[in-house]
Amino acid sequence: MKTSKFAEINRRYKTPQIQMSPAVKLALLALRLYLLLLIVLLVVKFISLLK
Amino acid sequence: MNFLDRAFYRLKRGIKAIRLYLVLAGPGIIVMVADNDAGGITTYAATGAQYGYHLIWFLLFLLPVAYYVQEMTVRLGAVTKHGHAEAIFVAFGSFWGWFSLFDLLLVNWLTLVTEFIGMTAALSIFGIPPLLTVILVVLIMGLMVLQGRYWTWEKIALAFCAVNLIYIPLAFIVHPDVHQIISTGLVPNIPGGLNNTFFFFIMANIGTTIAPWMIFFQQSSVVDKGLQEKDIKMGKLDTLMGSILTVLVAIFIVIVTGTTLYGQPIDSAAQAAQDLGGAKSLVGTLLAIGLFDAGLLGAICISLASSWAFGEVFGWAHSLNRKIKEAPWFYAAYFLLLTSAGLVVLIPKAPLILITLFVQVIAVTLLPAALVFLILLLNDKNTMGEKYCNTRLQNFVTVSIVLSIIALSTLYAVSAIFPDLFGAQ
Repeated sequence: MKTSKFAEINRRYKTPQIQMSPAVKLALLALRLYLLLLIVLLVVKFISLLK
Repeated sequence: MNFLDRAFYRLKRGIKAIRLYLVLAGPGIIVMVADNDAGGITTYAATGAQYGYHLIWFLLFLLPVAYYVQEMTVRLGAVTKHGHAEAIFVAFGSFWGWFSLFDLLLVNWLTLVTEFIGMTAALSIFGIPPLLTVILVVLIMGLMVLQGRYWTWEKIALAFCAVNLIYIPLAFIVHPDVHQIISTGLVPNIPGGLNNTFFFFIMANIGTTIAPWMIFFQQSSVVDKGLQEKDIKMGKLDTLMGSILTVLVAIFIVIVTGTTLYGQPIDSAAQAAQDLGGAKSLVGTLLAIGLFDAGLLGAICISLASSWAFGEVFGWAHSLNRKIKEAPWFYAAYFLLLTSAGLVVLIPKAPLILITLFVQVIAVTLLPAALVFLILLLNDKNTMGEKYCNTRLQNFVTVSIVLSIIALSTLYAVSAIFPDLFGAQ
């Protein structure tokens, strides 16, 4: 039941409604890279704490 | 006669506009005053203690920053009738939607813990144990939402906002040197030069000005209040009034600690209240009352921002105009967040300092995303229509603000993760 609710939400919002202009695509790519960088920093910190 | 007629007509129009404003005002003032939450009060108190009046000029810059970001949520909420969480799901799909929703839940819950830390510390000055504080807060916040009307909730929240202005008379009580405030505070200067401590305080002040929950809260609040496109003008005025109030309160807090504690760095606003005589002195008492109120306002907005977001996405009834029977999941989420955060503060030896630090780091993963989505949505003609899209000037201003916030909040988070990276504080 719970899984079906998540699946239903995923189905409902499957297609992004925003017009995917080059500027939007670039902004989303930059956001992905930025978040990736933050994750790398947190992993580095975690490893340095373990050492 | 003609002149009198015109004057009477103008007066009538003015009174009508004020009446309309009073009906529509609320979300902007509440979100902005709640921005001066427990963490915010601590930041401003520490700024005053560290730099005296020297950084007051910088706080004035935060007024347009807060206004331009939050004004966009009014337009987006009034036009789409969607909260920010739902707007992200609709526009960017489920990947970014889930990311934002769960990140918001985590950031909000951690921030809520910091609000409880502030509130328990504030009331402990009066000898009230943390357990009693947590029970009191849950009771107040429960009574606020369970009466089943958004209007009543909003008026109670506005009353708490009025208490937040306590710092203004407090500043007069400590008899600051007005000439010095004008000569050192209002003229841009960099006390001690560009060093790490200066950057840390600048980043902390910006970090407390725009928080992720504010974007989600105000947009959902605009939707729950039922603001329409024709109300956008008043919604913007409401946001402007709120921005002025939040900066004014911040400046007066800096004046209070800049006058009384200059040169004695502090770790928290509760410590400032203690250092100023605690419950035995008027200044210490008012500072502690203000801190409790700030934490309470923050807790009220943060809990609601989360439960609104979950209600929007999961399709639950999610309005303060609904009774508990009509929106059980909405209220369950509200109380679950609230009580769990309160209980954390009661755990003996809970890592509260680590949690406070963690908030800064996690917030920086959500804030840029929420701000970028906001600008992209405000530029999407399908979403906003021609009339309410950002103009070129608005884009120039908001993109500059957002890029600066992202850069500075990222540096703030990095300095929290690696304190030695920019040298010792």
